[in-house]
Amino acid sequence: MTFELFVFYLFAAIMVFAAARVISARNPVHSAMFLVLTFFTCSAIWLLLEAEFLAITLVLVYVGAVMVLFLFVVMMLDVNVEPLREGFVKYLPVGLLVGAIMLVEMVFLLTQRYFKAEQFPIPARSSADAMSNTESLGRLLYSEYLFQFEIAAIILLVAIVAAIALTMRRRPLTKYQTPSEQVGTRKEERLRVVQMPSEKRS
Amino acid sequence: MDALILTITTILKIVVVLVPLILCVAYLTLAERKVIGSMQVRVGPNRVGFRGLGQPFADVFKLLFKEVIVPTSASRFLFLTAPILSLAPAVAAWAVIPFADGWAVSDANAGLLYVLAMTSIGVYGVIIAGWASNSKYAFLGAMRSAAQIVAYEIAMGFALIGVLMMAGSLNLGDIVRAQSGGFFNWYLFPLFPLAIVYFISGVAETNRAPFDVAEGESEIVAGFHVDYSGMAFALFFLAEYANMIMIAALAAIMFLGGWLSPIDGFGDGVHWFLIKTAAMLFIFLWLRATFPRYRYDQIMRLGWKVFIPITIVWIAVVGFAIYFEVGPWFSTVRSGGL
Repeated sequence: MTFELFVFYLFAAIMVFAAARVISARNPVHSAMFLVLTFFTCSAIWLLLEAEFLAITLVLVYVGAVMVLFLFVVMMLDVNVEPLREGFVKYLPVGLLVGAIMLVEMVFLLTQRYFKAEQFPIPARSSADAMSNTESLGRLLYSEYLFQFEIAAIILLVAIVAAIALTMRRRPLTKYQTPSEQVGTRKEERLRVVQMPSEKRS
Repeated sequence: MDALILTITTILKIVVVLVPLILCVAYLTLAERKVIGSMQVRVGPNRVGFRGLGQPFADVFKLLFKEVIVPTSASRFLFLTAPILSLAPAVAAWAVIPFADGWAVSDANAGLLYVLAMTSIGVYGVIIAGWASNSKYAFLGAMRSAAQIVAYEIAMGFALIGVLMMAGSLNLGDIVRAQSGGFFNWYLFPLFPLAIVYFISGVAETNRAPFDVAEGESEIVAGFHVDYSGMAFALFFLAEYANMIMIAALAAIMFLGGWLSPIDGFGDGVHWFLIKTAAMLFIFLWLRATFPRYRYDQIMRLGWKVFIPITIVWIAVVGFAIYFEVGPWFSTVRSGGL
């Protein structure tokens, strides 16, 4: 077993364990932390595949931003786990069905004629001086797939606008400050200099 | 055999980077107290050793011999993991920093992305510490920190995109090399707004004054690390200062030309990198001695409504300037080899 294979199995084992703990941990915060671990080991496996841009972006976006917000919500909501556990047996058949369908699909895909592992020769190791992963990805995105890229960007923009629009509701009772007014305040509005005659020493 | 030699040399490289880093952290704490002391017309620590030079070691030994107390009904495992989660990314990010031409533990192609990813993980230490302590003050600190870091990370990432566009590379060594030719070619000048945004966001990311609402002594005691003592507390301290040096070093690399001398070809080398980093660190201390703590809603406003628009506008300006080859800075930009 080469060292690389050993590293792969190590990370794969950690990843499978963490993924299983995501759904079996009792505490939602622990679950979220196991999900972070899953992402992190997944990114390590991607690094082994020489997909450094995707691997680092996975850490940057999912671990660094998405999961932080996720944890934020999970911690704030104080989720009560017991009612969730009650439905476990009830929904188990549905879950098993979905899992089985996904498994069959994956097996089918991998054993099918065009997608068999034998169809894909192991790519040669690119040398360190060759064009970097990031550069080639950028080149493809901004030339060949520019149209698709722009569409994806517009969909994201719509999602942002929609999310903001959903939370924009005027609540007349809320008290808030206008920073521009606070910053633009002048001395005369806040400060009153009182002239007082000095008193004689008694 | 080759693998063994590679492993040993890599470990040696890591030691060569880490030991001076930890010494720097130790003496940065002393420097901070001395600098702030003199700014406030005090003496600062001057009892241990010659003029207080032994003070960091006294502090370290005191913390080492103190008991680490785990509060009852704290989540014990996460409580003890949090300081490590906070320190490990702060240290790991140093792997790609070039101290001089070719002096980096790993001369990675995607170095800049790697640094961004590592600094973005650091927030977990704070959040987990605040949650695992099972204390309201600690939890408030953690929540504040999470919101703040997510907000400022975006501005920071955008500020670095400008650097990326100018250098046409994610490799930190290449970014420095692209700034060669005297101090006039440093990215501080063409990317001035981005440099300012980057540095202020860096101060916010490291939870330093005036953005230290996660600690906020006057409101929430010590914020996320209120329940930590002894070495566990020291690890948070170490992580904060390692992150500070990291932000200063990155500012030196990306906007001040790293190891390059201000006069072209006149004694380039690691000393320039260290001088620039030290200068940036001094600004960190200066800010802390000068400004009162920001109000929380103003921090959010500054991050989302001021910094992000500034960076977006300046990225557009840089894009147009590179495309139309506007002098004196943008005419020589290598447009990605296209």
